[in-house]
Amino acid sequence: MATAPRFWRQNQSRYNMVGIRCDSCGRNFFPPRAICPVCHRKSVGKMVPVKYKGEGKIFSFTEVHDGLDERASLKPYTVAIVELDEGPKVTGQVIDCEPCDIEIGTRVRSVLRKLSEEGSAGVIHYGYKFVPVKGK
Amino acid sequence: MTMRKVAVIGVGDTKFGELWDASFRDIGIRAGLSAVEDANITAEKIDAVFVGNMSAGRFIEQEHIGALIADYAGLARDHIPATRVEAAGASGGLALRQGYMAIASGLHDIVVVGGAEKMMDVSDVASAFIQSSAADQEWETELGATFPSLHALIARRHMHEHGTTREQLADVAVKNHRHGSMNPKAQFQKEITRDTVIGSLMVSSPLRMFDCAPSSDGAAAVVLCPLDQAKKYTDSAVEIAGTGQASDTLALHHRRDILAFDATRVAAERAFKMAGVAHKDIDVAEVHDNFTISEILAIEDLGFFKKGEGGKATEEGRTSLEGDVAVNTSGGLKARGDPIGATGLAQAVEIVTQLRGKAGKRQVKDASVGLTHNVGGTGATAVVHVFRRF
Amino acid sequence: MEAGIVSYGAYVPRYRIAPEEIGKVWGVDGKSMGKGLMISSKSIPGPDEDTITIAVEAARSMMKRVDVDPQDIEAIYVGSESHPYAVKPSGTIVAEAIEASPDLTVADFEFACKAGTAAIQACMGLVGSGHIKYGVAIGADTSQGAPGDPLEYSASAGGAAFLIGSKKVIARIDGMYSYTTDTPDFWRREGQMYPSHGGRFTGEPAYFKHILSCAKGMFAKAGTSPKDYAHAVFHQPNGKFPTRVAKQLGFSDAQIKAGLLVPLIGNTYSGAVPLGLAAILDEAKPGDRVFAVAYGSGAGSDAFDITVTDEIKSFARDRAPTVKQVIENPKFLDYAHYAKFRGKINLGGG
Repeated sequence: MATAPRFWRQNQSRYNMVGIRCDSCGRNFFPPRAICPVCHRKSVGKMVPVKYKGEGKIFSFTEVHDGLDERASLKPYTVAIVELDEGPKVTGQVIDCEPCDIEIGTRVRSVLRKLSEEGSAGVIHYGYKFVPVKGK
Repeated sequence: MTMRKVAVIGVGDTKFGELWDASFRDIGIRAGLSAVEDANITAEKIDAVFVGNMSAGRFIEQEHIGALIADYAGLARDHIPATRVEAAGASGGLALRQGYMAIASGLHDIVVVGGAEKMMDVSDVASAFIQSSAADQEWETELGATFPSLHALIARRHMHEHGTTREQLADVAVKNHRHGSMNPKAQFQKEITRDTVIGSLMVSSPLRMFDCAPSSDGAAAVVLCPLDQAKKYTDSAVEIAGTGQASDTLALHHRRDILAFDATRVAAERAFKMAGVAHKDIDVAEVHDNFTISEILAIEDLGFFKKGEGGKATEEGRTSLEGDVAVNTSGGLKARGDPIGATGLAQAVEIVTQLRGKAGKRQVKDASVGLTHNVGGTGATAVVHVFRRF
Repeated sequence: MEAGIVSYGAYVPRYRIAPEEIGKVWGVDGKSMGKGLMISSKSIPGPDEDTITIAVEAARSMMKRVDVDPQDIEAIYVGSESHPYAVKPSGTIVAEAIEASPDLTVADFEFACKAGTAAIQACMGLVGSGHIKYGVAIGADTSQGAPGDPLEYSASAGGAAFLIGSKKVIARIDGMYSYTTDTPDFWRREGQMYPSHGGRFTGEPAYFKHILSCAKGMFAKAGTSPKDYAHAVFHQPNGKFPTRVAKQLGFSDAQIKAGLLVPLIGNTYSGAVPLGLAAILDEAKPGDRVFAVAYGSGAGSDAFDITVTDEIKSFARDRAPTVKQVIENPKFLDYAHYAKFRGKINLGGG
C-alpha cells in the first residue's frame, strides 16, 4: 500500500519542526498551513516557513498503556502536548525518562526517532519525539 | 426566513452491545423499521433518508451507506434521496440536524434519520486505529497519541488547573452505570462502584478502562415530520425546538483552551437561542460521555456548571436522576454503549422517550425540555439539539 | 590543501546490559566473560532507535558546534553494518535532518567495523582535491550478536559524525594509510539477522595482522613512531584486543586511555573508532598528535595521522554533549527487555 508519498510530504516538518508564520499578524503555527485563521484572506501569500528550535515545556502528559501496533512494544510510553518556546503546541512522545520524572512545566527538546514502519518490508517513518532537558 | 417547525413522530433502536449474529444491514434496518412502525407511517411516505455512520468503509469495507440502507429498507424502487453523514462521533447528531433542515426548509415532509455502526467485526487493535482517525491522523495519531490518550491529556490538565479528582471522574461512570441498569437496551446493566473504576486496567493515565465507553454494535433511528402535521401520525410527538452545530480545530493541541470544547459551548448557545430556552429549563440531557472527563467537560461547556466545577457537581449528585439536571439517564455512552454513528440518534431516542413519559424506572419526573449533545473527535465537531414536549 | 576535522558529534543510546545478565540466560559465567573481554556493560538502542536516528543525533551535535551553513555540505557518507534499509541510503535521511539537502551527494558505506573511517577517507578525497567545501563522514551501528553467541556480550550501538573541511580545521588529517586483504574472519550474508564468525580466526590472522600491518605502514609513511603521539585509538571489539595491539606497537596504556570506550559501551562496530576519536578530541590540546587505526572484518584497516590545531581553542565543544556526558546516566535492562528491544523475540504474524 503506497502511503509513502503521504508521509514523505511532511518530512521537513517531522524531521526539522518546520512550521509557518503569518507575516500579516506575526503568529507562529505548526504544522504549516495555507491560511492564517485570524487574518484569513489577508494572509494569502504572506505565510512564511519558519523552523522552530524544538524546545519547549510540557503542557500536559499521559502514560499510554494501550498502544497501537508496533508502538505496543514501547508501552507504556508517554505522550504529551508540548508548548514550543515560539508559541505553537504540538503532540509527541516523551522518551528517555521515567514518567515520574516529568510534570506539567518540565522543559523538553526534540530529537529524531522512529515513529512507525509499514511492516518489516515497508518504509520507516521518522519524526520528532521529546526528551527532558536536564537541570534548568 | 420562515422555517417550519419540526417534530419527532417515531423512534426505534436495537440493543447496543456485541451483536455477533447481526450484520450492519441487519441492525440498520431493524432500528429504522421500529421507528417507522412507532410513527405509524408506511414506506411510500418516506421522502428521504439520512444515515449517520463514522467508518463503515474501514469497519466493514463498505462505503455508499446511504444507498445501502435505502436499498435494504426496501426503498430502492421508490428511489428516495439517501445521504450518509460523517463527523466521527458526531455523525448521528449531524445526520439528525440534516434531517431537521430538510423538513424545516420545506423540501421534504417525512424524513427518516438513522445511525448505525458495526464495530465488532474487526480486531481490537484495528478498531482502535479506526477510532483514532477522529483525531488529527498526521499530527496526533502518527506521533503516538491514541484517542483515549488525548482525553487523558485533557483529564490530567483539568486535574492540574481545576482540582478535579480521580474520584470525581469515577463518579461519572458510577452514575451512568446506575442509570444503565434501568435501561433494558443498555450494553451494560450492572451497577459499579468507585473502586471498580479506580481498580480497572490503566488505559492512558489517569484514565482507566472504566473511564472509557465500550466499542459496540448498534443502530437507532427517528422519524421526522413538520410539527403541524404530527398529530396525523401520533399523539406523542416531540418538537425539536432548537438545533446548533459548531466546529473547532481538528487537533486538540490547537484549541484555544484544551479544557473547554468551544464547539460544545457555541452549538449549545445556538440551539438554546433558537429554542428560546435557558439552562435552567433543561430537565434531562444526553451528553457525549465517551470518556468520564468528556461528561465533566460537557456539563461545564453546555453551561450547567461553571468551568472547573463539573467534577464537584457530579460528586454531589447534581447530574443524577434526581439532580438539578438529569444527565445520561440512558446510561450514556459509557453504559448504554457507543456504536459511533448510532450514538447521536440513540441520544435523541432517549430524550424523546423521556419527554413522552415512557422511560420507566429511569423516568425524570415531569420532564418537558430535553437536550442531546453529540461530539466528534476531541471536540472538533459538536451538535446540540433541544427537544420540547408537544 | 590542509584538510581535516572541522567538527564532530557523538551519540550513544542510554540503555545498557551487563554481561552477568546475558550469561544468566545462557548458562555462562557472564561476569568472567565480561572480565575476559574487559567489558562491564554494553549499549542497547531503544526500540525507536536505529543507525539512522543515531547518525542524525551525532550529526546534529556536530552541526551545533560550528556555524557552518548546512547547504555548504556537499557530501554525506554513512558507514554501518546495520543500515535500516538494504537498499535506500541512511545518508539521505541524515541529509534532510541536518538541512543539507538537496545539493549534495550521498552514499552508504559498508565494511564491517571500518565503514565509518572509509567515509572519512572519501570526504578527505573530495575536500582535499578542492571538489567540495564540506563533507560529513559518519560511523554508526546497532550491531547484533546471535543469542547465546560470545558476540552477544559485546555487540552494541552508537555513532559519531565528522565534518571534514579545509577551513577552521580543529584536527588536521596529515596522512592516511590502509591495508586490505580478502580474509573471511566475520561476515553476514544478505537476509541473515545475525553475523557469523571464525572464532579464534578473528584474532591473529585478522584483527592483529591488519592493524599491525596498517600501523607500521602509517608510521613509515609519516616517519613517526608511537612516542610522537599524545593519543592513540584502535578498533575495540573488546578491551583486550586494542590493549594488546597498542602494547605490541609500543604505545602505553596512558596513550590509549581517552579513546578506550568499549569497557563501558561495548563494541559499537562502525562507531567504535569514530567514537573513540571523538572522546580524544573532547580532551585534546593544540599540538597533540593522534594515531587512529580502525579495523573492519573481511578484512581491512584504515590508519590516520592526525594533528590537533590551535583552532580547537575556539571550537564550541560545549554546545553539544561530550562523549563522557553522552554516556553518563545509563539505564540498565534485564535480558528479557534487551531481547524485546533488539527484536530477538519472535512476535509472530507477518
